[in-house]
Amino acid sequence: MLYFSKIRIFLITTFTLIFVYIFLSNFIKSDDLIFNKKITLGLDLQGGSYLLLEIDNSPVITQKLQNTIPVFKKYFKERKINLRNFKIIEDKFLIFEVKDSQISEVKQILEEKENNIVNNYYPKFKSHEFDFVVENNLFKLNFSKYGLVEIKDASQSQALETIRRRVDEVGTNEPNILKRGNDRIVVELPGLDDPTRVKNLLGKTANLTFRFIIQGSEETFGSEKLIFEDGSEEAIVSKRIILSGDNLIDANPSVDSQSSETVVNFSLDRVGAKRFGKATTTGIGKRLAIVLDGKIISAPVIRDAIVSGSGQISGDFTFQSATDLALLLRSGALPAPLKIIEERTVGPDLGQDSINAGIIALAIGFLLVICFMIIKYRIFGLIANITLILNLFLLVGILTLFEATLTLPGIAGIILTVGMAVDANVLIFERIKEEILGEKNNLIAFDSGYEKSKTAVIDANITTLLAAIILFFMGSGPVKGFSVTLGVGIFTTLFSVYFIARLLTSLYVTKNKNKESII
Amino acid sequence: MIKKLAFNRFYKLFNFISLSLILISIILLLFKGLNFGVDFKGGTLIEIRVKDKTVTITNIRDSLNQINLGDVSVKKFGKEDDYLIKFEKKDFNNPNFISEIKSKLTSSLGNTFEFRRVENVGPKVSSELLRSGIIAICLSLAAMLIYIWIRFEWQFSLGAIVALFHDVIITLGIFSLFGLEINLSIVAAVLTIVGYSMNDTVVIFDRVRENLRKYSDINIFELTNISINETLSRTIITSTTTLLALFSIFFFGGEILKGFSLAMILGVFFGTYSSIYIANPILVFLKVSQKTILKEDKD
Repeated sequence: MLYFSKIRIFLITTFTLIFVYIFLSNFIKSDDLIFNKKITLGLDLQGGSYLLLEIDNSPVITQKLQNTIPVFKKYFKERKINLRNFKIIEDKFLIFEVKDSQISEVKQILEEKENNIVNNYYPKFKSHEFDFVVENNLFKLNFSKYGLVEIKDASQSQALETIRRRVDEVGTNEPNILKRGNDRIVVELPGLDDPTRVKNLLGKTANLTFRFIIQGSEETFGSEKLIFEDGSEEAIVSKRIILSGDNLIDANPSVDSQSSETVVNFSLDRVGAKRFGKATTTGIGKRLAIVLDGKIISAPVIRDAIVSGSGQISGDFTFQSATDLALLLRSGALPAPLKIIEERTVGPDLGQDSINAGIIALAIGFLLVICFMIIKYRIFGLIANITLILNLFLLVGILTLFEATLTLPGIAGIILTVGMAVDANVLIFERIKEEILGEKNNLIAFDSGYEKSKTAVIDANITTLLAAIILFFMGSGPVKGFSVTLGVGIFTTLFSVYFIARLLTSLYVTKNKNKESII
Repeated sequence: MIKKLAFNRFYKLFNFISLSLILISIILLLFKGLNFGVDFKGGTLIEIRVKDKTVTITNIRDSLNQINLGDVSVKKFGKEDDYLIKFEKKDFNNPNFISEIKSKLTSSLGNTFEFRRVENVGPKVSSELLRSGIIAICLSLAAMLIYIWIRFEWQFSLGAIVALFHDVIITLGIFSLFGLEINLSIVAAVLTIVGYSMNDTVVIFDRVRENLRKYSDINIFELTNISINETLSRTIITSTTTLLALFSIFFFGGEILKGFSLAMILGVFFGTYSSIYIANPILVFLKVSQKTILKEDKD
């Protein structure tokens, strides 16, 4: 146990030195280091904002059901089956009726697996897009579990892109935007101590439409009553959409030279420009409502045909609100409304205070443990302490290497590792003490001390490791950081105890083979 | 031989004390319950630092009561002029309500404070966090049970698990008694306690097993005592160094880690105690003998 070949000594030393180097590189500000990764600080230490957003997919589902109605009608008509009384209820069921004689035929079509146009079959999930039940001649369809998964995944990906564009436009440094589950998105904004503006921007779907305001009942396409943004009046607006946000290619805030009002200038793509030109040519004298998320921003009267493909939105903007509207229009609409269901913001001052407190606690804890070990074990205390210091370098080195995030509980995990890491050495040293009582030869006593304490050391560490692993998978945010340092700490502890400490012990014991009461 | 302390003479006494403590803890948990923080209850937490020394808790509370926030609690937090504002917020959809609170406070206290931390947890998230916290603790107990079962015999596994339950329940009982807040970091602490308490028990059990193989003529009552004594200096040293580290977090690691380190300190204390006075008496109670171990060796 105590014999180390030259090659092993070399390997252990090199390995340790590499991590000492990585550890130290955290504290050197230079770009031309061979290794210049730095440990990432969690939001609780560097300050910043964490937002958890949930996508409300029910409008998307209703829209999807709405879209399937014409598809169904057409498909079954071609097969001489007439579907009647389409209805969407509770935002999730699509209902229609069939003639009694055709029930089984419709059922058969819906259950088909190959080339099913109306009810897609996903071979990878072994499931149809829709589940359905039949009551008499009434069919009730709803998206199956996997049909919903497809919808949610698609809207999540789309929402993520839009959120990224919006957050990037705000210009915070290195935002972190991640999917969680299939209807949530995490937004981490390091360094941001007041997320109000971002929250406002993310809270808007930014569904922009241009529609005519109608008087009386001239519209056959359907109409709805909408209120103005400022709540001042209501107007009946056609459901026919002339332009939507998708047609916009750019939008910018500016000040109108004539009225010196703040406005948002926009330019349209080719299709949009054509449609806008046509609508403004035929609609001179009418009011065109600019509708954002179900509210009318403004409704100017069309005086001239606008064929240039660019226009202007006015409506009591401050420069800030015009800037935000332009930003929202540029970044596009969200597929569905978002709700902020969790928010955690830490100011930079508190972050710095936490770092300072963490470092002080670490230093004091470390010092106390080191003094205790020296008093208790003298020369072997020194060995345990050298091991402990190197263990700390290894631990931080590995966290740096894997770019793990260090959080405040993570620092607590490091301090705790310092306290618990000496355990392995203590177990071994105490065992050696016992062995020496019955064995004159120091070398043999040390050997059997290491050998006999092995199961206890391994078992004891595995139990803590198990707890850390469970915490890693079940914990969230900063607590996850704790489980990482605790878990990695166990590996570095075992390495430093069985390689570094044992190497140092062996060097000392071989030199003092015959010394009485060596430990 | 090492000087021997008769731990086994007090098995009955301490078992009685432990049983009473567990019973009291369960009663406390059932009737007083735990003081869940915003992580698990949902709601809003704001930590503010006030630079103006004349501002009092009452000022802050009065100012907040002018906006309809429901039941607001304002507490001092840490040594400086830091306060913790907590309330359960019903309407979660207005993204501006934090800034509304800020401007309300500015109008009544002046511009002498800053928001240091804002935590806002919706009801759905908080119930999910609570559920996953409970699952995590149960999972860790199950993992330990299985691990010890594999490494030792079922009698040992049972002893270790009862000791774990003892530590976790009494620690939570103390949190309930003093109304200390349970948040995410407390769950982390409880899991670490599970790991630590297990660690401590395993070391003694490992020795018990070794001694069972060595001596066939000593009964388990004596044998546990020998094993406890042989591992005693290790037990003391390790819990001392761990406690040194934990006290250092408690006193110097800042307010946020206070609850975490306190739970850990309690856990280490009870974990060490239960390894000796819960886990071992159970081996005695289950009449573990050399045969138990030899059967395992044959397998």
